[in-house]
Amino acid sequence: MTTAYPDNKGRFGKFGGKFVPETLMNALEQLERDYNHYIEDPDFQKQLQYYLNVYSGRPTSLYYAKNLTEHLGGAKIYLKREDLNHTGAHKINNTIGQGLLAKMTGKKRVIAETGAGQHGVATATVSALLGLECTVFMGEEDIARQELNVFRMRLMGAEVVPAKSGTRTLKDATNEAIRHWVEHVEDTFYIIGSVVGPHPYPMIVRDFQRIIGDEVREQIVELEGKLPDSIIACVGGGSNAMGIFYPFLHDESVQLIGVEASGKGVDTDEHAATISKGLPGVIHGSLTYLLQDEYGQIQPAHSISAGLDYPGIGPEHAHLADTGRAQYVPITDNEALEAFQLLSRLEGIIPALESSHAIAHTMQVAPTLPSDHVIVVSLSGRGDKDVHQVLDILGGADR
Amino acid sequence: MSRIGAIFQELKAKNEKAFIPFLTAGDPSLEITERLILELDAKGADIIEIGIPYSDPLADGPTIQAAAVRALAGGTRMPDVFALVRRVRPQVKAALVLFTYVNPVFQWGIDRFFETAKEVGADGAIIPDLPIEESGEAAAAAAKHGVDLIPLLAPNSRERIAKICEEAQGFVYVVAALGVTGVRDTVSEDLPQLIASVKEHTDLPVAVGFGVGRPEQAAQIGRHADGVIVGSAIVKGIGGIADALAAGDSALAEQKERELIDFAASLKEPLRSAEAPL
Ligand SMILES: Cc1ncc(COP(=O)(O)O)c(C=O)c1O
Repeated sequence: MTTAYPDNKGRFGKFGGKFVPETLMNALEQLERDYNHYIEDPDFQKQLQYYLNVYSGRPTSLYYAKNLTEHLGGAKIYLKREDLNHTGAHKINNTIGQGLLAKMTGKKRVIAETGAGQHGVATATVSALLGLECTVFMGEEDIARQELNVFRMRLMGAEVVPAKSGTRTLKDATNEAIRHWVEHVEDTFYIIGSVVGPHPYPMIVRDFQRIIGDEVREQIVELEGKLPDSIIACVGGGSNAMGIFYPFLHDESVQLIGVEASGKGVDTDEHAATISKGLPGVIHGSLTYLLQDEYGQIQPAHSISAGLDYPGIGPEHAHLADTGRAQYVPITDNEALEAFQLLSRLEGIIPALESSHAIAHTMQVAPTLPSDHVIVVSLSGRGDKDVHQVLDILGGADR
Repeated sequence: MSRIGAIFQELKAKNEKAFIPFLTAGDPSLEITERLILELDAKGADIIEIGIPYSDPLADGPTIQAAAVRALAGGTRMPDVFALVRRVRPQVKAALVLFTYVNPVFQWGIDRFFETAKEVGADGAIIPDLPIEESGEAAAAAAKHGVDLIPLLAPNSRERIAKICEEAQGFVYVVAALGVTGVRDTVSEDLPQLIASVKEHTDLPVAVGFGVGRPEQAAQIGRHADGVIVGSAIVKGIGGIADALAAGDSALAEQKERELIDFAASLKEPLRSAEAPL
């Protein structure tokens, strides 16, 4: 039996829901009605397809990574090239969708949260495109670390507001965005950047990201004449992973593997391994796994990659982990750094540090698998945004 | 009848309105919170809301966020707050209401939370990120243990008002403005209308909070509501005490504490002889 999630309470099994202040409840209900209406609307679908194809450059290619495959000497590896999207990551699939929804529902103003700035840039981009006023909340700490993305957002006309509370990173930028939304809920659309937050957001973002998996399905059948044996994707909030997993959920032969950032190691205090080390609880309006202490105080996450530096995870992933339909594995900062360099050298593709986590896990498992085992890796973004940080870490040594 | 119900009934008989101050437990120390609760009670607080400090207080503005940061830095956790309530309960006549976000309640255990709350002498609980759609288990546990689960109602709750009122216990907490906690200059003109529509659906008392910072505002709201909740303005005063202590100036801290208590008294004053609406 297949169950359609989320249910009418916004639950994926026991996870999900709407744990938000009363002020937002009507807005979330309205959003759900609007979404259900427009997702069936031919004009909305036509515009969505148009911008995804002509503006962002979809479909993205499914590239056979021959050199990497031969180097690892095992499974056959394909890369789903979300890095080839406009703005360099999968994030724009979702911001085009939600931006159009904002526009069609008559909202003139959007807000977003961002960690490294990728979702902020994708939101600023779509706001410029669609003529929406845009405010992005970003942790003060991240603003300092990601100057270039801040400048990009400002270039495209967005206002970037520093989040000064808590750990001054993505978690707190999200808090600030929600607080701002509570106050401006009547005229402002909140574009959430991952499959997190209160219902209906995890569903909406998943649906806008499922294009990744839908394309893979068509492409791999054409290339290999069969479905992939495994799909590997990095998981911050989990939108690129949910997008590539979703169309395969009922194909039990397809192994789904989410890769979490374990920072300096799952046995240290500095990681973002939510499924491996978290406990069920509520973060940003959703019941899911999160990093917390015994009294439910949310603990700061750590990852070398700002996009994975989040103490929670989308509720649908929590459900997939509980049911065993997907596996979640940890990859450390150092392993991701190795993968970042290896893919650059072997394939001439510099992956985002987030995506490097998925590559790193692939490097571990591919050699143990037969050559007819087909792996599809979600290459969620390109690494241009990260080269400066990696240069600082590696010290520019000629490696 | 719960202590909260009895207090409102008694006030009504005297044509008085409830003064409901909020403070964060452990801000800046549990010792000071304990003293402030006793002083607020002596100055006429009818119900005292005690905040359990939380790392991610979504419904709070900068003032109360800062209080949580101070309390957490001082090491205050859930068991300390329960112990505080246990200590002050026999010494005050005010009702005591715990204000907490849902995640700490989950971790403590929903049933266990209300069981412990009752056992230490708390009369009610407010959980701002637990809307009616999600509150079934908590409402059942609260009812089982005899703790009032007080719901929040917002200016944009509209057709949700009936359902919220139906589930409400203790009193209905009407949020005066869209937004997070924090002092505002003016009271919304729509507030009397909102209170009236709530009263169409329930006989429970209605208390108004979010934004109230001055005696004139308390007076204005007291003409329509059964109680006035003051959070950020009180917590700002406590911030003054915390700053003075952090600077090592205990004389200034004492002065700030007296000012705060006088301020609290000034908020209760206009509620003692509330004019009836019309
Ligand atoms: C390239 C890239 N991949 C992955 C992520 C993580 O997000 P998610 O888990 O929602 O895909 C980010 C977030 O910033 C990103 O920029």
